[in-house]
Amino acid sequence: MYSNAYIFRYSAIMVIIAAALLSTAAMLLKPFQERNVAIDKMGGILASAQIPDVNTSNAIKLFNEYVKEEIVINQDGDVVEAYKVGNMEDGKAFKIDMKKELYKKSKGEPFELPLYVIEKNGTKLFIIPVRGVGLWGPLWGNIALNEDLNTIVGVTFDHKGETPGLGAEITTDFFTDKFVGKKIFDDNNQFKSISVVKGGIDKLPKELKDFAVDAISGGTITCNGVNDMLEDVLESYLPYLQKNR
Amino acid sequence: MSAEIKEREPLFSAKNMRLIKNPINLNNPITVQVLGICSALAVTAKLMPAIVLSISVIVVMAVSNVVISLLRDGIPPRIRIIVQLVVIASLVILVDQVLKAFVYDVSKQLSVFVGLIITNCIIMGRLEAFAMSNKPWPAFLDGIGNALGYGIILIIIAFLRELLGSGTVLDIQVIPQWFYDFGYQNNGLMILPPMALITVGVIIWVQRYYSRELIEKN
Repeated sequence: MYSNAYIFRYSAIMVIIAAALLSTAAMLLKPFQERNVAIDKMGGILASAQIPDVNTSNAIKLFNEYVKEEIVINQDGDVVEAYKVGNMEDGKAFKIDMKKELYKKSKGEPFELPLYVIEKNGTKLFIIPVRGVGLWGPLWGNIALNEDLNTIVGVTFDHKGETPGLGAEITTDFFTDKFVGKKIFDDNNQFKSISVVKGGIDKLPKELKDFAVDAISGGTITCNGVNDMLEDVLESYLPYLQKNR
Repeated sequence: MSAEIKEREPLFSAKNMRLIKNPINLNNPITVQVLGICSALAVTAKLMPAIVLSISVIVVMAVSNVVISLLRDGIPPRIRIIVQLVVIASLVILVDQVLKAFVYDVSKQLSVFVGLIITNCIIMGRLEAFAMSNKPWPAFLDGIGNALGYGIILIIIAFLRELLGSGTVLDIQVIPQWFYDFGYQNNGLMILPPMALITVGVIIWVQRYYSRELIEKN
């Protein structure tokens, strides 16, 4: 029979060894992981602008090719910095942590947000990164607006750990394709955002259909998260959008 | 130590090789013991994630079996499940971190299922049933064998599902365009989870046809 003291000593040593092992591994692998996250971010921005065949190996190249300008705006919609030449990864906008900035916003402090300008086939597209919360963790993504700063050209979403097969479906084309062609302002220039509607948009009045998409059955909380994320983030960009439309 | 060496059997004796071969066919964790079905359904829509998950399970299983087998005389029986879980969980987190660092795309596709290796009943089952009472080398072989048995089924299912569901293998188009021109269509049902279950059923059927000893007597 093992004594209680032995059991305590055994578990303490075991946990310390496991912790040391895991933290060392996490530290050693962190640079690689951060690189992957950055490449993934570029891929998302490009994919939202409907640039075809973006993958991990060509994302950096395409990002520098298509992104013409990286803008940092503040809470009043003024341009703080516009980064045009050089390696697009080095722009201030690319390094902004949306999570921190949106937290500042929620506390009523001044904040700065990134905006990417992509030139594709001669037209300018404006990419707004978004961030919010789903059912199990953070959601994030990108919305590409047309030159009119109103019509959506494409979106991408991603998530930390939504339920596979249900909430996690927000990343699939089946969901994101529905956003294409939708609008965020109505004819009277009123900000509408895009609602993710449970039960489908067919039952909505005709004038609202441009501002809504179908939610995913079984993924209600994730879809509500997408809905709130779009409203919250687009609202933060509103001063800029209204000044430049 | 010296007494041990005298009675040591060859590394690849028939008895040891059975540890690898048995779980691949006659005692397969998925088709015979029906364990680990959940991940078998979830990650097999495409071949690549299935291969990566299989390799991850092989690594976790082999290493955790060896570690537990080395510790087996010191583990207090009252906390043995906790010790097993700490070993498995540490290894799984390690594997997850490595995947995130080097195959980010696949790790995104596997999402929660890498973490769910921790709860894979095959691993806990083997630690408890085998590694706790056997020497490291047989435990290592047993781990490899069971993980292989799991991985092979996963890869067969994923191959069939990707081929019939998307017309591709490892994302390379294999069903030619003229076939589609004749009216062939990818079977959308194949990429949904229920077809994985049916595919497992078909594999069990085929396996029992060839291995008659698996068929119950009554």
